[in-house]
Parts: sequence; C-alpha cells; structure tokens
Amino acid sequence: MDEFIHQVFSGLATGGVYASLALALVMIYQATHHINFAQGEMAMTSTYLCWALIEVGLPYWVAFLVTLVVSFGLGVGIQRFVIQPVEKAPVLSVVIVFIGVLVILNSLVGWIFGYTMKSFPSPFPEKPLFGNSFLSSHELGVMAMTFLVVGGLFAFLRLTPLGLAMRAAAANPVSSHLVGIRVNQMLALGWGLAAAIGAIAGMMIAPITFLDPNMMYGVLLYASAAALLGGIDNPFGAVLGGFILGVLENVIGAFVIGTELKLTVALGIMVITLLVKPSGLLGKTVVTRV
Amino acid sequence: MIGNVLMKAPGVRWGGVSPVAALGVVLLALIPFALSDYQVFQLTLIIANSIALLGLNLLTGYNGQISLGHGAFYAAGAYTTAILMDKFGVPYWLTIPISGVVCYGLGWGVGFPALRLEGLYLALVTFAMGICVPQILKYKHFEHMTGGVQGIVLNKPDAPFGIPLTPDHWLFLFTLVIMVGMFIAAKNLLAGHTGKALIAIRDNPIAAGAMGIDVARYKTTTFGISAMYTGIAGSLCSLSIQFVAPDSFSALSIGFLVGIVVGGLASISGAIYGAIFIQFVPHLAENISKAAPSAIFGLLLIAFVYVLPFGIAGSLKKLQMRYQARRGPKVP
Amino acid sequence: MNLLSVRDLHASYGSIRVLHGVSLDVELGGVTTVLGANGAGKTTLLRAICGMVSRQGEITFEGKRIDGKSTPDIARSGIAHVPEGRGTFAPLTTEENLRLGAYTRKDKEVENDYERVFEYFPRLRERRAQQAGTLSGGEQQMLAIGRALMLRPKLLVLDEPSFGLAPLIVQEIFRIMRKINEEQQVSVLLVEQNANLALEFADRACVLETGRVVISGTPDELSNNEDIRRAYLGY
Repeated sequence: MDEFIHQVFSGLATGGVYASLALALVMIYQATHHINFAQGEMAMTSTYLCWALIEVGLPYWVAFLVTLVVSFGLGVGIQRFVIQPVEKAPVLSVVIVFIGVLVILNSLVGWIFGYTMKSFPSPFPEKPLFGNSFLSSHELGVMAMTFLVVGGLFAFLRLTPLGLAMRAAAANPVSSHLVGIRVNQMLALGWGLAAAIGAIAGMMIAPITFLDPNMMYGVLLYASAAALLGGIDNPFGAVLGGFILGVLENVIGAFVIGTELKLTVALGIMVITLLVKPSGLLGKTVVTRV
Repeated sequence: MIGNVLMKAPGVRWGGVSPVAALGVVLLALIPFALSDYQVFQLTLIIANSIALLGLNLLTGYNGQISLGHGAFYAAGAYTTAILMDKFGVPYWLTIPISGVVCYGLGWGVGFPALRLEGLYLALVTFAMGICVPQILKYKHFEHMTGGVQGIVLNKPDAPFGIPLTPDHWLFLFTLVIMVGMFIAAKNLLAGHTGKALIAIRDNPIAAGAMGIDVARYKTTTFGISAMYTGIAGSLCSLSIQFVAPDSFSALSIGFLVGIVVGGLASISGAIYGAIFIQFVPHLAENISKAAPSAIFGLLLIAFVYVLPFGIAGSLKKLQMRYQARRGPKVP
Repeated sequence: MNLLSVRDLHASYGSIRVLHGVSLDVELGGVTTVLGANGAGKTTLLRAICGMVSRQGEITFEGKRIDGKSTPDIARSGIAHVPEGRGTFAPLTTEENLRLGAYTRKDKEVENDYERVFEYFPRLRERRAQQAGTLSGGEQQMLAIGRALMLRPKLLVLDEPSFGLAPLIVQEIFRIMRKINEEQQVSVLLVEQNANLALEFADRACVLETGRVVISGTPDELSNNEDIRRAYLGY
C-alpha cells in the first residue's frame, strides 16, 4: 500500500511535467490546428542551454530565467521563419516541416554537446520535506512549479487584455484582424510562451531522466497522450490528462506491465482515447457539416 | 483490388513498363560483375529500400494517410524473417512471402482503427508507434524470440543449384527480381481505377465516398499493402545485413519520410531516387560529423517542402512536361 | 464631403478577377448601400476595402489612402467591418466579444460605450456572461454590431446584416442602425440583399452586377428605374 501511494505521488509529480508540455501542445493546437511535433526537442534544446549556462558558472535560477527568455525567442523565431511560410500548405507539408525542425534540433544538440548522458541539477533541497517518505523535495518542487506555470498561464489568458487577444486570435483569426489584432504577432507570442513552458518542463524532468538528446521523446509521447486524453482543444483537459497519465505510467509500470513498456502504455492510451472518445475527456465533439 | 493486380500480370500485358526501364533493369542485373562485393551489398540495400519507400508512398503520397512510423513495419518484416530462419529453420526465400502476409495483416490491423483518425492524429499515433517499436523488441518476455538487445544474427544464403555467384551477388539478383515484380504490381494497381480511387480519397474523401468509392475498404487495404511492401523490404535488408537488432530501427521512420519527400510524393520512380538518396547522403555526411546526417536530413525536409514540394521525380516530370509543351503537340 | 472614396477598384481571389473597376462614395454621416444578386461581388467589395483580398485601385478614407494597408491597420484607422456570418468569437463570452472591439482603444470612454451598446441592445446585457456561440442568430448579429461600435468607428461596414434572420428582428436591427447613424454620426456602408429595407435606410445606392457597378444614384432614382424594380425590388 505504501508503495502504491509512493507511485501515485511520484506519478503526480511527473504528471506535472506532462501537464506542462501538454499545455504547450494544446496552446499551439488551439491557435493553429497543428500539433507541434518538435515541442519535445525544443524543450530539450532549452534544457541543454540551461545546463551549459550552469556549467559556465551561473547560479541555477539565473540560468533558469535566461533560458526562459532565450526559449521564448526560439519559439518566436521558429514560428516566424519556419512555420509561418508554410501556414497555408497541406497538412502533410506542415507535418514534414515540424519533423524537420525536430530532427535539426536533435542533431544540433547532439553535435554540440555530444551523446553521453549528463546529470542536471535540481534546484530543490536533497532531503525530503517534513521527512516524509512519499515525495522527494524535487518531486514536490515540480508539482509546485507546475501549479505556478499552469496558474500563471490561465491568469494571463483569462484576466489580461493581451491574453484575451490571444484567445480571440485562436478562435477567429479573421474577426481578430477586423478588430485590429495582429494575428501573426499573437501566434508568435503563443509559440514563444509554449516554448518557455516546454523549457520549464524539460528543466523539471532532466534531474530525473538525465540529460541526453533523446530524453524528450518519451515525455513528448506522454504529453501528446495527455493532450489527447484531456481534449486537444482544452487547456484544462491537457493539465488533467497530464496528471492522469503520470499516475497511470507509474502504477501500470510498477504493478501491471513492468517498467520496460512505458512508451507502449502511452501509445495504448492514445489509441484507446482516439477510438473510444476522440474528443477527449473535456474536449468538445466537433460536428463537421458536409 | 487484388484481382486487378493479377488480371494485369505479365503475359497478358506488360502494364506500361517502358523499354527504357526494362533496359535499365537488365543493365542493373549485369552491373555486379563489375563491382566489389561491398558495392553490390550497398546496391542491394538501395533496391530493397526502394520497395520500402514505394510502400510508404502508396499510403502517404497516393492515399494521403500520413505515417510517421513505417519503421515499425520494416522492423516487423526484418524480425519475421530473422525469427523464422533462426528459430524455425525456414529457408530464406520462403520467409519473404510469409513476411509479406504477416506485415499485410499488421498494416491492415493498424489501418482499421486508423480510419477514425484524421491527418494529424494519424501522424501522431504512427509517430508514437515508431518510437515504441524498439521498446517492444527489447521487452524481456519476448527475448527468447527476439534475442533482446543483442538481436539475431543471420547467415547469408548461398546461390542455389551451385550457380557460380557470390552470396552478395545472388542476394542482389534475388532482391532485384522481387523489386521489379513488386514495382510492376504497384504500377498496374495505380494505373487502373484503383489508383484513381486512392487519389480521390486523398484529395476529397467525402466526395469520393459520395461517388460510391468504398473509402474504408480502400484505406485499410492500402495500409495493408503499404505495410506489406515495407515489411518485405525489411526482410530483404535483414538478409543482406545479416543482422537485426532493436536499436537499428529508431530513426528509420524519419529516414523513410525524407526518402519519399526528396524522391517525390505520389510517384513510383520517386521511390528509387529517394532510396539512392538515403543510402548515400548519410555516408557522405558522416565525414563531417556523427550528427551531420540527421541535421542534413532535417534541413532537406524543410528545404524540399519550400522549394521542391514535388521532390526529384515530380520536378523531373515538370521539366519534361515543359519541354514537351515547348516542342508543340505531336503530329498524329 | 466624402468619408470613404473608392475609385477603380479591382479585386481577385488568386487568379480569378472578381471586381472590375468599382467606384463608389460614402458621405460623411451618410449611408450608402450596395445591392446585387448572389455572386455579384458585394462581399468581395467590402473585403477589398478592408484589405482582406488582393486588390488594386484607389481607396481613400478621411483623405488618406488605405489601399496598401493591412486589415488590422485599417480597423485601427476607424473602419469597423461586420462580416457576413456575423464573425463572432464563438468560444468567448458576450462581454469578452465586446471588450475585443475596444482592444485597440486607449481612451477612458470604453465603459460608457459598453453602457451605450447595452442600451441599444438590451438583450445582450441579459446574455453578457453567456458564450457567444450559443446566442441566437439575431443576438449574434446584434453582438457583431455592438462589437463594431466598441471600436468607436467613423465608418461602419455591414455585410448582409439581415441574412438568415426573422423579419421582426431584421426590422429592429435596422431601426437601431438608423439610430446609431443619426445619434453618433457613424457613416455606414451597407451591403444587402433585402433591397427594400436597404433603400429605405440609405441616402445613396448602387447596384453591382458581376463585379461592375451598373447603376448608382439616390434610392428614389433606383426605385423609379423599371429594370431595377423588376430585378431587385420584385414589382
């Protein structure tokens, strides 16, 4: 029973990481109706950047903030120079471009930093808080960070005029133009935010999975499954899905199938969701008029 | 649909195979006499991979179903051959049709739920499928069959009936014959109303359905055939390489994507250009650095979408059409 | 004095030319209506003025050329376009829709303008927290006009406001539009299929046929024209 509780709590912590990355995916999907296949690699690149800054001597939180800013810029840059030109192209072309970005980032990082695994520091203390045996401080810290990120994003989107403009641009780009909103700027902003959120996700999980260019494939898989499970057009759903998947990953891994098939579990959840309730738990069923 | 293919089998008509292509095949069959065993091996891989690319192209280029995980079918084919030969002593040539059937079944099995998934979602799920394959292959409960992380080692078959050819040379001819057969079959398939149906489904599935095309049946069958082609390619390659292991399949799906984008979507000859490309470019690029091949693949994916969306084959065809237009209509 | 002046406007979708040299004016404080059958190019005309399709020609607003500007910039210059199909932000609430109309404004009169919109359209006040996509057609039309008003525009551009609405609602909307035009001196460019209503409301009218203006003048002149009456007014 103790083991079960431990797995659940641990799962909630990693679930927070999945929730954050899933949120980034949903943000871009809502705005552009595209799945950012490169989200994981963008997060991975950011995490490596942070590592490099720490290696050079910057204190953790300074490196963290600098990474956030640079990641934001990376997101804006990719949207403006790589994605925007193919906006109106057929789905296959856009998917191919995303995969292209994925591959370039992965290989660039591998080239610059090499393929040996590196350790990534956690900003949270070594000893578990309050001496509990269920959650390490890092895991607690990850959960706190997740709430901060998710809460901050929701506050931004619901309560600020700029957030409203972003939601408008995603809901109806044409009408947004008609009220004076520059939709392309909103898209770039959205990508920048998504990239920053992804960076946080990467930096939170790196202490657990260790740093290596392929570290985010599994996380991306889980985040995608989470986004689908929650409803690809619903941010609340993404967060809910993330936590559910984190717990499922651990519980199924520890008690049902063993830890070696974790990726397949994510695939299974994805397939089941798409077959049974394609709009996800909280998403809206879209009826297409023929 | 299978009936279509058989009705147009050689003997009735050669299904529009041009004399140039036929000559090319004959020359190709003779070339190995002039090359080293290693070069013949490379040529064999190119030919086998072109079958894989044709398979993916059938599904994605002609039928519009995006698969980012075709490496899974390739691995399935490779492992089927390896396990049959290693654990059950099945002769190498028999493993090919068995692998074809197995992979057809797998493809059909994936194609069936895929009916519910539109473009992006299908891409996502197949992407996930491709990532999962190495894990499944390493799974300890399957280890006694798959050989786990170490994989399975195979023996290259000797030429039959004591024909005086090196194993590499024999395997090359074996692969070439299969490739030619499969390409002709594909060409016949696509030339008839099946091809038009596939393209109609790609461009406007609702209209296609309204015209009476059984969209579901065509889509699942195409998935099956596509998986069969790629699986057979995997089998042939495993014979040449003499080795299968879980980690050799991780980056394949992306390589295949590059192959069909560079070679040319919705084109048969594109599969050949693509295969040549993905065989040689990594070799050349590796001289720069270990990471360079992937970076170049990534850059080329993006570049081709922007600049040459129809790939090499498509661009050649455009040039040809422009040349013919300039020359004016042929006098009847 | 002309608020909006369009001279020799050509517009195309890709390689298909839809407008062939259209010219019209909207007087300061006036109402100009554009009539025509389906496919005549009326919606394209409005889109071209607002920079939403590729166009060539002279478009002058308040004495300045706007034919090279982007749609958001044209909106910020004071032209509020109520598109066909309403164009409401369906997942957002009524109130958020209205707030978006005022997105580009930096003055302090925004709150007063909310009140004024709710006075014109009391139904919207009842529905202020409701999701815009769940409003009825008439309410969405009111919301679209309300959003346009929140821009404090000098020119209101309306694309078939009566489309798909019950006659009573249409009358109410036209009544309110007349009020807006008179009380706030907002000039109006109106595209309508309901020729009777439009001619009653406007002080200048023109008829578009396959991308060309075939007749223009005062509503009286158009109503007295035999061909126009038969073709567009039904008698």
